[in-house]
Amino acid sequence: MIARTLPAIDRDNEAYWTWGREGKLAIHRCASCEYFVHPPVPFCPRCESRDVAPQAVSGRGRVVTFTINHKPWVPDLVDPYVLALVAIAEQDDVRLACNIVECAPEAVDFDMEVEVVFEQAEDLWIPLFRPVTA
Amino acid sequence: MTRFAEKNTAITGVGLSDVSRGADKSALALTVDAALEAIADAGLTRADIDGIATWPGERADGSGFSPVGCAALQDALRLEVGWYGGGGEAPGQYGAVFNAIGAIAAGLCRNVLIFRTMYEATARKTAYANSLLREGQRQAGPFSWYAPYYTYAAALQQALFFNLYVHKSGIRPEQIGQIAVGQRRNAALNPRAIYKAPITIKDYLASPLIATPLRIYDCDVPIDGAAAIIVSRMDVARTLRNPPIRIEAIGSSMRYRNSWTQLAELDTQAQPKVAEMMWSRTDLKPADVDIAQLYDGFSFHTINWLENFGFCERYGAKDFIDGGQRIALDGELPVNTGGGALSGGRLHAYGAVHEACTQLWGRAGARQVKGDPQICATSTSGGPLAGAMLLVRD
Repeated sequence: MIARTLPAIDRDNEAYWTWGREGKLAIHRCASCEYFVHPPVPFCPRCESRDVAPQAVSGRGRVVTFTINHKPWVPDLVDPYVLALVAIAEQDDVRLACNIVECAPEAVDFDMEVEVVFEQAEDLWIPLFRPVTA
Repeated sequence: MTRFAEKNTAITGVGLSDVSRGADKSALALTVDAALEAIADAGLTRADIDGIATWPGERADGSGFSPVGCAALQDALRLEVGWYGGGGEAPGQYGAVFNAIGAIAAGLCRNVLIFRTMYEATARKTAYANSLLREGQRQAGPFSWYAPYYTYAAALQQALFFNLYVHKSGIRPEQIGQIAVGQRRNAALNPRAIYKAPITIKDYLASPLIATPLRIYDCDVPIDGAAAIIVSRMDVARTLRNPPIRIEAIGSSMRYRNSWTQLAELDTQAQPKVAEMMWSRTDLKPADVDIAQLYDGFSFHTINWLENFGFCERYGAKDFIDGGQRIALDGELPVNTGGGALSGGRLHAYGAVHEACTQLWGRAGARQVKGDPQICATSTSGGPLAGAMLLVRD
């Protein structure tokens, strides 16, 4: 597969794209009311606290929706792959764009239970999800 | 309801350049063609135009998505205006119209030239490979959440919404295909459409998959072209040559999370609250609507709008479009009567406004809807963007 286009890192999204080095999926959470805030911003829209910081979550989630790509948008993009939105197990309205890996595209389904895996790319660790097998 | 500013405005003229899969003139020249035609159609001259608006404004990125902005057109036509504005952060493509309504209400202008120019056919023949991603560049902003996952085109982001819609609604591929097949039938009667050769449901089902559930016939066709409309203050509109097409109501809200990933209702996208706002600003009801020009960047947008405007129930579109009769030119609600963007060309919601006015003024020739249609619902959309207008000819 061809190289991934990487995100530009800023103060808010750094944990999300780097904590994978330690095997952790980082999602911002309000210390006051425990609401997960994503995309990350140091403000809680539920209780207005500014005490919001990245926290490791379980890495489990479910496939909310997905699509199987068939079009070779660029040369060498030959095999079908799955783009998905995964809701984290801790809070269903936090949805993460991702690829579903370690799974045939046609085996992906709505509400499928998945878990995070990380793929290193330069100085970043890209969260991907695979089916939960156990 | 008279307190709403849009009711003091009307569309008074429309213009369309040549629309093609490869223009023999520049994007600016196409824009001038559309603008001059719209100005003349309204019975105005360049000197009468005192406002200019476009969406999303000039993007000199080689993509052809929006190669011409207000400044370039103003200078080409040497317009002298009291107000102008172009920018992408708006309720979809109709943001330019909504801004113009506000500018007219503020007394800044009386006749606003609104345009949308696309040069994507030429762009894709040269350098631009239809990819949102740039090799070797790190992606900032909201799209950074998608960038690492081979999200090369908006089609992929939207396919996520459409696949969930299919899952929840149970719509079948041969029902989805009625949009593409029906619009192609309309396009055959439109001399300015890009694709006129008939297609069947069988052709649709055999067409290549882009990203499930999207097939090639579900996608609009990139073109070179420009469309322009004149929006005038109502007292001025009543003195001009065309019967005013009143902007009866608009939907411009952002009462939802404006995010491609975090939208609460992924399968309906931003449309429901925008439609709700539009209906809250008029006494008219869905049953009063004669024709509909519904956004069709992808055919699923049109299907979504049928439900979200209330022409049928939630997840009822599959039955509404089954067989294609209800949405045909002689059906109970003719939809995308000129072939839409799927067959007519991607003028990005402004082709739809042009076609709406063409029908409401009775100029549509072989594809003219019978019964003197007076009321048209029209819409734009795409993920967290949506805008809606209800147009009424006096």
